[in-house]
Amino acid sequence: MSHLSPFQTFLLLSILKVVVVLVLTLMAVAYTVLLERKFLGRIQNRWGPSRVGPFGLMQPMADGIKLFLKEDLLPIAAERPLFIIAPIIALACSLISISVVPFGQVTHVAGVDIFQIADLNIGLLVILGITSIGVYGIALSGWSSNNKFALLGSLRATSQMISYELALGLSLVGVVLRAQSLSLRDIVNSQSAHGMLSWNVFGGFQFVAFFIYLMAAYAETNRAPFDLPEAESELVAGYHTEYSSMKFAMFFMAEYANMITVACVASLLFFGGASSPLGHLLPDNFGGPFLTAVFPILWFIAKVLFFLLLYIWVRGTLPRFRYDQLMSFGWKFLLPLAMANIVVTSLVMALRS
Amino acid sequence: MQLALFLIFGGLAAAGAINLLLQRHPINSALSLVVVMMSLAVLYWSLGAEFLAASQVIVYSGAIMVFFVFVIMLLNAGEEERTHGSRAAYIVGFPGAAAIFCLLSFVFLSERHALGSSNIGGYLNHVTSNIAEISTLLFTKLLLPFEVTSILILVAILGAVVLARKEQ
Repeated sequence: MSHLSPFQTFLLLSILKVVVVLVLTLMAVAYTVLLERKFLGRIQNRWGPSRVGPFGLMQPMADGIKLFLKEDLLPIAAERPLFIIAPIIALACSLISISVVPFGQVTHVAGVDIFQIADLNIGLLVILGITSIGVYGIALSGWSSNNKFALLGSLRATSQMISYELALGLSLVGVVLRAQSLSLRDIVNSQSAHGMLSWNVFGGFQFVAFFIYLMAAYAETNRAPFDLPEAESELVAGYHTEYSSMKFAMFFMAEYANMITVACVASLLFFGGASSPLGHLLPDNFGGPFLTAVFPILWFIAKVLFFLLLYIWVRGTLPRFRYDQLMSFGWKFLLPLAMANIVVTSLVMALRS
Repeated sequence: MQLALFLIFGGLAAAGAINLLLQRHPINSALSLVVVMMSLAVLYWSLGAEFLAASQVIVYSGAIMVFFVFVIMLLNAGEEERTHGSRAAYIVGFPGAAAIFCLLSFVFLSERHALGSSNIGGYLNHVTSNIAEISTLLFTKLLLPFEVTSILILVAILGAVVLARKEQ
């Protein structure tokens, strides 16, 4: 690579990183669907998909082929351009936010950090901003398909996401106060001193913020027990009632990509991201440079997987909320609690400094 | 890089603004406004004001415009009729726009020597934290206007609650 200028190396490596992360995320999305079906099956005392390939491992491929080959219906009364653009917005927004997530320790190859696409000094705000743009995908899909169930579903989804965005954003303030930075890399570094003891959820005493974040994030991604936008017993399928084939698949992928993003953010902000729970019990250069680079990624994947399983477990266990309960839970319980958490955290920090 | 970003997103912002005026359906106009807001955010970012960019996206495109779209969806507003505006718009509007254009070009031309030499993007990138600077300013020098604005917003919320409450 010596004959390339620094800018060319940077460009090539960045494109490579984007492609690798995109492919891995889409694969992860496909296999999260399988994981959910298998795990839900076990919760409900049945097998889940088991026919395609060993243990049903080829099931995501079969699903993908099925969705690709299905007829792409377009309702006559639908608002054409918006109807087509809405799933694209939803999927794009859910995939963009993964670009600021640091997957491992800082590892430079040719002057480029290979385990993070972009280290922005407002990484956290970027994720929040992109989440708030993602609302358009759902809002427009419901309106443009000109169907009362779709419209009701998208109205529910929009108001739910706007309401819970407040609690979500406020719950993260405590973490930002402790790290004194909005960069995700800095937030992870602020928790890596003593392993598990310095994680925000334990040593940082941010467990209240963690539970607020978790509940608000479940509502943001429209997952059970807050899956009212697609409540099948009331609204057929909610905002994607009129969608078929790949457009439906895009909404589906957006939902699971959002789940993965939420799991990544939860492990970054509260569980120390790629840092090991053992802290420095093992020597820092344990097993040579390769293992030093790979171990943090394994920890990160383990944490993300834990949150994904938690998502599925909650879906298999809890019944759906009623809509007024959902709203009063968000506004009257989570929001004041998040504010109290900010006040207490900043008071303690001011007294200790 | 900065010039390329400016050309792309400045053009996008202008195109979005023109599209906002030309579209007949309110929801298309609202979405064009979202495009304008997002392009403005990118312009702020390229100037080194990344916190401003993020709050532009979160507050304007993410919250305010979503409510606009929400209301348009709820009212199910139809296509608008294209009408000739009032005569005042023609008499005052065109000279007014021309006057603003002349004023801006005069300011830019007379301050030509300062163009391009300002260092906004340079010294806010990575050296000092933009957010820390803004918060220090907000909570020391501008504390009174900041708190007054907060109270103003609180009053507006209370007013909205009073207006929306059902008659007993």
